[in-house]
Amino acid sequence: MLLNKTKLTAVAGLGALLLASTACGGGGGGGGGAKTGTALKGTTIEVAAKWTGQEQKNFQAVLDAFHNKTGATMKYASTGEDTDAYLGPRIEGGNPPDVAVLPQPGLLQQYVQKKALKPLDASVVAQLDQHYSTYWKDLGSVDGKTYGVLIKAAQKSVIWYGTQAFSDAGVQPPATWNDLVGKTAQTLSDAGTPPFSMCAGSGWTLTDLFENVYLSQAGPAKYDQLATHKIPWTDPSVADALKSMAQIFDPKKNFMLDGPKGAIQTDFPTCVTKAFGQNKAAMVIEADFVGAALADTKAKAGTDVKTFPFPKVGATAPVVLGGDIAVAMKQSKGATEFIKYLATPEAAEVWAKPGGYLSPNKDVPVSAYPDAISKQLAQAILSAGDNVRYDLSDMAPAAFGATEGKGEWKDLQDFLSNPSDVKGTQAKLEADAKKAYKG
Amino acid sequence: MTIEEGASAVAAAGAPRQGPRTGRVNPSRWLALGFLAPALVLLGAIVVYPIVFTVIRSFFDAAGTRFIGVGNYTNMFTDSQTLVSLRNTVIWVIVAPTVVTALGLVFAVLTERIRWSSAFKLIVFMPMAVSFLASGVIFRLVYQQSPDAGVANAVIVSVHDAFAPPSPYPEAHPRPAKSGLTAQKTAGGTAYVTTSAVRPGQTALLPLVGMKDTDLPAGAKTAAAARAAPGAVTGTVWLDFTRGGGGTLGRPDRTEKGMPQMTMEAVSGGRTVATTTSRDDGTFTFSGLKPGAYRLRLTADNFAPPFGGVTWLGPTLITPAIIGAYVWVWAGFAMVLIAAGLAAIPREALEAARVDGATEWQVFRRVTMPLLAPVLTVVFVTLAINVLKIFDLVFIIAPGSVQADASVLALDMWRDSFGGGNDYGLGSAVSVVLFVLVVPAMIMNIRRFRREQE
Repeated sequence: MLLNKTKLTAVAGLGALLLASTACGGGGGGGGGAKTGTALKGTTIEVAAKWTGQEQKNFQAVLDAFHNKTGATMKYASTGEDTDAYLGPRIEGGNPPDVAVLPQPGLLQQYVQKKALKPLDASVVAQLDQHYSTYWKDLGSVDGKTYGVLIKAAQKSVIWYGTQAFSDAGVQPPATWNDLVGKTAQTLSDAGTPPFSMCAGSGWTLTDLFENVYLSQAGPAKYDQLATHKIPWTDPSVADALKSMAQIFDPKKNFMLDGPKGAIQTDFPTCVTKAFGQNKAAMVIEADFVGAALADTKAKAGTDVKTFPFPKVGATAPVVLGGDIAVAMKQSKGATEFIKYLATPEAAEVWAKPGGYLSPNKDVPVSAYPDAISKQLAQAILSAGDNVRYDLSDMAPAAFGATEGKGEWKDLQDFLSNPSDVKGTQAKLEADAKKAYKG
Repeated sequence: MTIEEGASAVAAAGAPRQGPRTGRVNPSRWLALGFLAPALVLLGAIVVYPIVFTVIRSFFDAAGTRFIGVGNYTNMFTDSQTLVSLRNTVIWVIVAPTVVTALGLVFAVLTERIRWSSAFKLIVFMPMAVSFLASGVIFRLVYQQSPDAGVANAVIVSVHDAFAPPSPYPEAHPRPAKSGLTAQKTAGGTAYVTTSAVRPGQTALLPLVGMKDTDLPAGAKTAAAARAAPGAVTGTVWLDFTRGGGGTLGRPDRTEKGMPQMTMEAVSGGRTVATTTSRDDGTFTFSGLKPGAYRLRLTADNFAPPFGGVTWLGPTLITPAIIGAYVWVWAGFAMVLIAAGLAAIPREALEAARVDGATEWQVFRRVTMPLLAPVLTVVFVTLAINVLKIFDLVFIIAPGSVQADASVLALDMWRDSFGGGNDYGLGSAVSVVLFVLVVPAMIMNIRRFRREQE
């Protein structure tokens, strides 16, 4: 028995070693360029972020550019989908990476409380003041100290549609929410194409929908209050937003592909495949990264599948961004310099070149983007100016806004199954929020 | 528990042990300790220390800085989510090992009798070679709602449709306004009835929408306007949607197609007086009607929603569905162990019973089962311990929307500490509870080993 166990542990240990070595193998500088800088020669900077595959390759271009500029050796570590599951143990173990890219500001606040982050150097803050609106600076700040820079934005105020489905039904992209859930959706449904392919199996797609409706209907001021839980989820403005969403969920209208039961099981990006790969539905309400999910289908973004901005529900069209925040976990010159570099338009342009990237930096020109759709998305961010807001659920504590089968995700999924219960949904949201914000 | 351990347990249960050791051939105690030391250090570092640390950590808050006593435990047991997970864990521990052991027993007994038993055993055992993660992915696909994607529902739906053919127009419906048709609830589902009455000699137009013209039954022709006929109600039922928009609403346009084989009834005074079906161009005729006012009803069986199969991944069936996947993986394991046990049963005992006139069933009940009982217990307890820490299958098969309904303690532990909860204190508390639950099974196993060694 004992022998068996030790043998097993030895094997396990070996496995862990192998794993570690392959994880490290992913890094490495981009090799000697023509004129490599020497300012940071000999320094190694470890950067942890969630990107893999093509996204990692694109980010690697930025790391290489920094290496060429300064001579620093860049090491990339992939955190996988669950950033905290990777960083948490490394923080507890006292061995964090130099720079980490966090997917949510909620995580930033948690880490600040754990004293795991280092405040940014004054020179980086100056860079931020120059290129970013104050909203983004505040987002990365806790108690007056700035810790993070939003380096990559996800534009969530966009709806993707199949051009064939729209032309078969003879409809145009709608300009208002009432048109969208009224004439457009009804005509599509009459024509035999379910209007919406919902990704409700992934709870965050529903929170994104809610945020767009809420930001447009209740306005940025209320949005900020709800984001910090200064107003409760039982507020009448939340009821209005839920009622607007119910116009899609209403089981009598048959607006959702496969009905509520099917929708609740369909996760992202399956919903994209269903809508644009199998042409079963006309629209997907999700962010710019649907474009990446299209790679799994034969549909081409820009011709078979196009986008229109999320229509205005209230006075103005909403622009909700998600995005990734770079933070320093070690007090080092390399970390400071690298984050400073990430905040420049120069880095953003390197990153934007291959596509699939949007910058919240206001000094990155639209011309930096390679294709029509990202130009359109970037333009929306630039024109919305100070009314752009960050994804509300990502600002909430993760237990409320970012956990599978819990909190806002779960409550909105239940609401989709039972859209007449606005009051009950609000009560549940408020109860869950209370628990999460207190803890 | 690993397979090897289980197998050695079977060997212990089956073969009689050699007599007690005699004399002092063992090395000195210090020498033994010296050889054991590396293993002990490893055990201490990777088994004992984590257990002790987890217990301590469970008394601290999320940040790990403040001692909160049993706070995490009270939190845990007042949270409805934990109670759901606890309930699911209990279901798992009872159902999964029972089903797997029973199936393993059946397979083992049956394979003794067949020719190609090795091949059969190999196939049943094969899923063990697939990682839990991969099995999870496979079964996530198997259980998909859509019969196009999920094989479970594909089978159920094809069997169902073989007996009850699907309706031709499941998605068709009238426009909400100005179609001249209203929905009517009938025993068979939703039927559509004309709002105004027609008399013999008049024609009726019944426009429907909600499906693509390419999905119409083969043979559907361009919709035609019906000619009035004396003593008969005539009319057209057609798909009133021109591709690309346009067309006159409520009129059969040149580009629009009729809906053939639509069953319809003429109703007068609440009673059905005539029945007919539409032709390929959508026209229909109710002939031989007495003078009077009639309403036309498109019967509900035209529109019956397609049978969608079983919602495996919904909140009610999710746990049984995942247990099904577990059984698929582990049935082979149980079979192999039990078959080994069976092979160790002395043939003479069985032969003696048969010679004495026992039926096969009696032999199985009275001789095989009692002799096999120790092996069955080993298998059952091994599986019970294994099931207590079930995590991967639940995590992968349950879609996010039902993960809370499907959750088990081990998954809760992960979700509380890493999967968004970010509370290592609470997570540690859950794992301590899990540990406490495993202990009785462990003690049982150890006792049994001891008994056998004596």
